[in-house]
Amino acid sequence: VSLESLAYVREASELEESPPALSTGAFAWARANLFSSIGSTLVTIGCIAPIAYLLPQLVAWATTRAIWSARDGAACRQHQDGACWAFVVAKWDYLRFGSYPIAERWRVDVVEAIGIALIIWLLWINAPRRVWGAFLFFVVYPILALILLRGSPSLALPIVDTQLWGGIFVSLLTAVVGIVFSLPLGVLLALGRRSQLPTVRVASVVFIEFVRGVPFITILFMANNLLPLFVPETWTPDRLLRPLAGIILFSAAYMAEEVRGGLQSLGRGQYEAAMALGLNYAAMTALVILPQALTLVIPGIVNNFIGLFMDTTLISVVGATDFLEAMNNAFKDPVWAGPTIMVTGYLFAGIFYFVFCFGMARYSAHIERVLAKRRR
Amino acid sequence: MDPARTKRSSWLSDQRVRGLFYQTLLLAGIAALAFGAIYNAVVNMRARGIPMGFGFWNDAAGFEINLHLISYSNLSTYGQAFWVGLLNTLLIAVICIPLATLLGFMIGVARLSPNWLLSRFALVYTSVMRNTPLLLLLLFWYNAVLKSLPGPRQSISIADVVFLNNRGLYLPMPVAQDSMVWFVGAVLAAIALAIGFRMWARRRQDRTGAQAPTVFVAAALILGLPVLLTAATGAPFAFDIARLSGFNLKGGLPVIPEMAALVFGLVTFTAAFIAEIVRAGVLAVPPGQNEAASALGMHHGVSMRLVVIPQAMRLITPPLTSQYLNIIKNSSLAVFIGYPDLVQIFAGTVLNQTQAAVQVMAITMGVYLMISLAVAIVLNMVNARYALKGR
Repeated sequence: VSLESLAYVREASELEESPPALSTGAFAWARANLFSSIGSTLVTIGCIAPIAYLLPQLVAWATTRAIWSARDGAACRQHQDGACWAFVVAKWDYLRFGSYPIAERWRVDVVEAIGIALIIWLLWINAPRRVWGAFLFFVVYPILALILLRGSPSLALPIVDTQLWGGIFVSLLTAVVGIVFSLPLGVLLALGRRSQLPTVRVASVVFIEFVRGVPFITILFMANNLLPLFVPETWTPDRLLRPLAGIILFSAAYMAEEVRGGLQSLGRGQYEAAMALGLNYAAMTALVILPQALTLVIPGIVNNFIGLFMDTTLISVVGATDFLEAMNNAFKDPVWAGPTIMVTGYLFAGIFYFVFCFGMARYSAHIERVLAKRRR
Repeated sequence: MDPARTKRSSWLSDQRVRGLFYQTLLLAGIAALAFGAIYNAVVNMRARGIPMGFGFWNDAAGFEINLHLISYSNLSTYGQAFWVGLLNTLLIAVICIPLATLLGFMIGVARLSPNWLLSRFALVYTSVMRNTPLLLLLLFWYNAVLKSLPGPRQSISIADVVFLNNRGLYLPMPVAQDSMVWFVGAVLAAIALAIGFRMWARRRQDRTGAQAPTVFVAAALILGLPVLLTAATGAPFAFDIARLSGFNLKGGLPVIPEMAALVFGLVTFTAAFIAEIVRAGVLAVPPGQNEAASALGMHHGVSMRLVVIPQAMRLITPPLTSQYLNIIKNSSLAVFIGYPDLVQIFAGTVLNQTQAAVQVMAITMGVYLMISLAVAIVLNMVNARYALKGR
């Protein structure tokens, strides 16, 4: 008997068995994550019950039962069990531009479009020539925007008084002005706080801690009530310029702390290598330290920007008309008076802020992951 | 010294001289700015007839405040109005800080729950709250919800004890009875006994290693003794419940709608931030710590209490404190819904009436700065207590 005939080697493979039903797939996932214990099961039921009860009603309230278009509030007053989106539609132009003259609103559109393009350029981390983007955004764009928005008789653009500015446009403007001016100021303050010179350090610390120690509203009150007193009477700062000055000072202090975090996270070796190359303080800071530190704190700056954007809602306390204030003004229209108007309006404002801020937050988290990968 | 070296280091390139120069420049700039501001302020204030000193402090205010913890009427002075506002700001802080901490820890723990649905619930809550302006929340609760509630006669009631209408929230008011003294005494005695027991248990554990159920004994003492006493002498306080009389509710503990909206908005908003802090703090404790504690024979609760939480607290405390400061600072949004806090009364009404903008703003900002400074000092002390002891 030969060995070959005795040896048994299986030639076809066994049929694959499906995994046990309880260890993979949707059923097993649910068992592990929703019904792992009696307590967990109770919690799951406790969570599902309100969703199953409330969510369909909420969706129906906002969609099928809602009034989407109407000439005035009469239809909304009749159908009180649904949202009144027609109100938002009717007021949309006012919510975007405030009382900016209708014939001149294209100027706002142009400024917004350029701003969005530049911001995308800056935030896209692998974009070509980002230094150019930064130059355009921080130097050219503010001047261009000022001329376009305010007007200039020599360019045949009629002057539009800032008292007429309002709506989403002012919210965005305030946030962008805040970031454009407060970032450079914040960088200076952060460098000052880490300076070897005691006077510079003390001045920076006092400014930063003072601003961070008081509520934003008091800074706005100060900018509105004290600024006109502190300058010669003939200057009388513009009513919109005052809150803008306040928001720049306020946001610079918070920006400084972000940048300081970036400066601190750079190793000593970077400073030492730059000095070994013979660079002086200015060259070392501009060519070695800041490019690295600022890239590191992009997520922090974006988070700061989110906070800044939400804080712009407060500028209405000194008479500026931001988006939320425009919404409050729109509620006062007697044509659109009705019990569902306010809830609809605030819900819309909430969705607007949420979409904007949540999107920025996701971007910031994404950049944080990209940067963490690069550092390894 | 060789001549080339002395030549190179002329005094112009001396670091110290340059440093001195820059500092002098900065000081001169600040001084010029300050001088210009003060000079202009004096000129402008004279021209507009604005009072210079703090003489207005003792003038009659002449306005009413609908919530005051100390006695106040429209005959009171601006100074008294200041104290009313400050106390109202602190009242909001005292109410909101514990509530926000409680809700925040609950949501933070829910976020860490192994139950997927619960964790998602917490995630949605924190995302929505952190990406919505606080002012929008306050205006929504105040204008869209509380102000559009039915009037007192159609109040929404919870078991006929708590009432809610467009005039505010009416809670039952605890009224002390005769036996209150005994009740307080019993609570104090129970606390003293519990501390004594704990000290005894500690000392015994140091000596013999035997553990004692300190927590259970303390809980039994502090809960049990007052309950026993209540059974013996009768309830220490009764509840005064609001009831309808005429067109309004009388009695109970009325909470004005401005305050209800402010507390509700601040608590729900800040809780989302606290939840994230708690989650990050607990996740930052390496899992090895928990495993090491298990290896030493500690069961889950003990390891949580003695190993994980103390380490998480070191990370949680500083941002948590800054959230508490945020509550105090954010309570200034009261100005938008008319809750009479420090900013609304003092930086709002008093400033408008007296026109003394410089003095009023200096006082208001000084108060907030002092609060921030005091909290920072306490925080540093706490941090020193929790800090890693390096060897």
